[in-house]
Amino acid sequence: MPSARDFQISRRAVLSGAAATSLLHPSLANAQARDGGAPTAVETPSMSKVAFNVNGTAQELELDTRTTLLNALREHLRLPGTKKGCDQGQCGACTVIVDGRRLASCLTLAVMHEGHSITTIEGLGTPANLHPMQAAFVKHDGFQCGYCTPGQICSAVAVLDEIKAGIPSHVSADLMAVPEPSGAEIRERMSGNICRCGAYSNIVDAISEVARRQA
Amino acid sequence: MKPFTYERAKSPSEAAASAARVNAAKFVAGGTNLLDLMKLQIETPAHLIDVNGLALDRIEATPEGGLRIGALVRNTDLAADERVRRDYGLLSRALLAGAAGQLRNQATTAGNLLQRTRCPYFYDTNQPCNKRQPGSGCAAIGGFSRQHAVMGASDACIATHPSDMAVAMRALDATIETIRPDGSVITIPIAEFHRLPGDTPHIETVLEPGELITGVKLPRPVGGRHIYRKVRDRASFAFALVSVGAIVQRDGSGRVALGGVAHKPWRVEAAEADLPRGAKAVAGQLLAGARTTHDNAFKLPLVERTLAAVFAEAKG
Repeated sequence: MPSARDFQISRRAVLSGAAATSLLHPSLANAQARDGGAPTAVETPSMSKVAFNVNGTAQELELDTRTTLLNALREHLRLPGTKKGCDQGQCGACTVIVDGRRLASCLTLAVMHEGHSITTIEGLGTPANLHPMQAAFVKHDGFQCGYCTPGQICSAVAVLDEIKAGIPSHVSADLMAVPEPSGAEIRERMSGNICRCGAYSNIVDAISEVARRQA
Repeated sequence: MKPFTYERAKSPSEAAASAARVNAAKFVAGGTNLLDLMKLQIETPAHLIDVNGLALDRIEATPEGGLRIGALVRNTDLAADERVRRDYGLLSRALLAGAAGQLRNQATTAGNLLQRTRCPYFYDTNQPCNKRQPGSGCAAIGGFSRQHAVMGASDACIATHPSDMAVAMRALDATIETIRPDGSVITIPIAEFHRLPGDTPHIETVLEPGELITGVKLPRPVGGRHIYRKVRDRASFAFALVSVGAIVQRDGSGRVALGGVAHKPWRVEAAEADLPRGAKAVAGQLLAGARTTHDNAFKLPLVERTLAAVFAEAKG
């Protein structure tokens, strides 16, 4: 597997290749000039440094400030387990756990996470040593295509922690009571994770089993 | 996204001063709304001031017997705070009715107040929108307007404010504390914080350029039954078509505020004297002068019926 550094170099090579290609095609530049006058000025990206810990490993990156945490994980750290679904916080495929709390990594900038500890699906378990939530998803068939699954699993792990911490939900009948990991609670708390294949009932079964074992 | 420079602010006054000094600067905290809009180039800040490092993440008791909520308190933490659950249940309920768990972990108290509308024409940069591009027109008027405002709208804009939290804060008489670039500290009652669209729908609050929200104060608890009823297309993770935030006392008196009907949380204090007379009387006053479209006229009976459901629950 290529390192993050190799990947960046190859990206740069691709970009410079693309620039050279457009230089070889003056017709393209002419077309631009004809349609819209002068080509738009290239906007200079602003770079910023950030250091955080991902799955137990310290990482230091210098990034275009526009880089979302999701893109930093996938493209710069080569951790493609975290998925990009909608890229607007509506599907939950990009859910990761930051300092113990789940969040949508597409709606946060990498540079906003200086000093934070980030856990992705790669940090929860390995194929040889699955996290209990991963094992339960396999056992209960909590997926079909699998694209939403890393986000579902990261979210589910954090959901059980939120219930243990006494955080209420929209369906908690009594705000002052200790919440229980019931089916209704799990469904409400997982509503930020969409599964296009519709494996919801099996996902609830998987999470319920882990909750029972933790109880 | 357009490129932007980035700084981590060290103090509220420094953040406000920086915002006034640097052209096209914006504060970022949770980022859940701002980044979404930056990706679509609806928001195009040239400089982002990250305020997450400021010590504004605590909920403290006030000498008056209320609470002071730091601007950076996350929605999850505010909803789960024991004092809020016990004494301001309406606020917990409204927060928990909004967004999804991931977003509530990110979104902040101040950011929630500053959420921008979810009008689909505001989000679609191919459409005219006076809020996004002043003077370009309003595609929602005459367009698909099922979500849109029935109260306080103008010929320039019929967008609604999407926040649930703000509806609860309106009913709770919250005040918003800010710091201006000159260092002055300002207190704004929530009733005066959000603006109606008028001819300038792109100006959504009374905040001045560079003014930073530092916290929200809740007055001492008023007791009563706290109910937040949100009517939406899905049972979870959807914006309100109509919502009712209510505090009802044993004698039938109380307060109500509405979400999903206007450019701001909608409360008419004079309507509250009619609470003992029931939903029809209250709805009649809350919705006096309503202007509806073919698509959103259903909101008027829906408000009355939601009020009736809330009053029935309060008695039960």
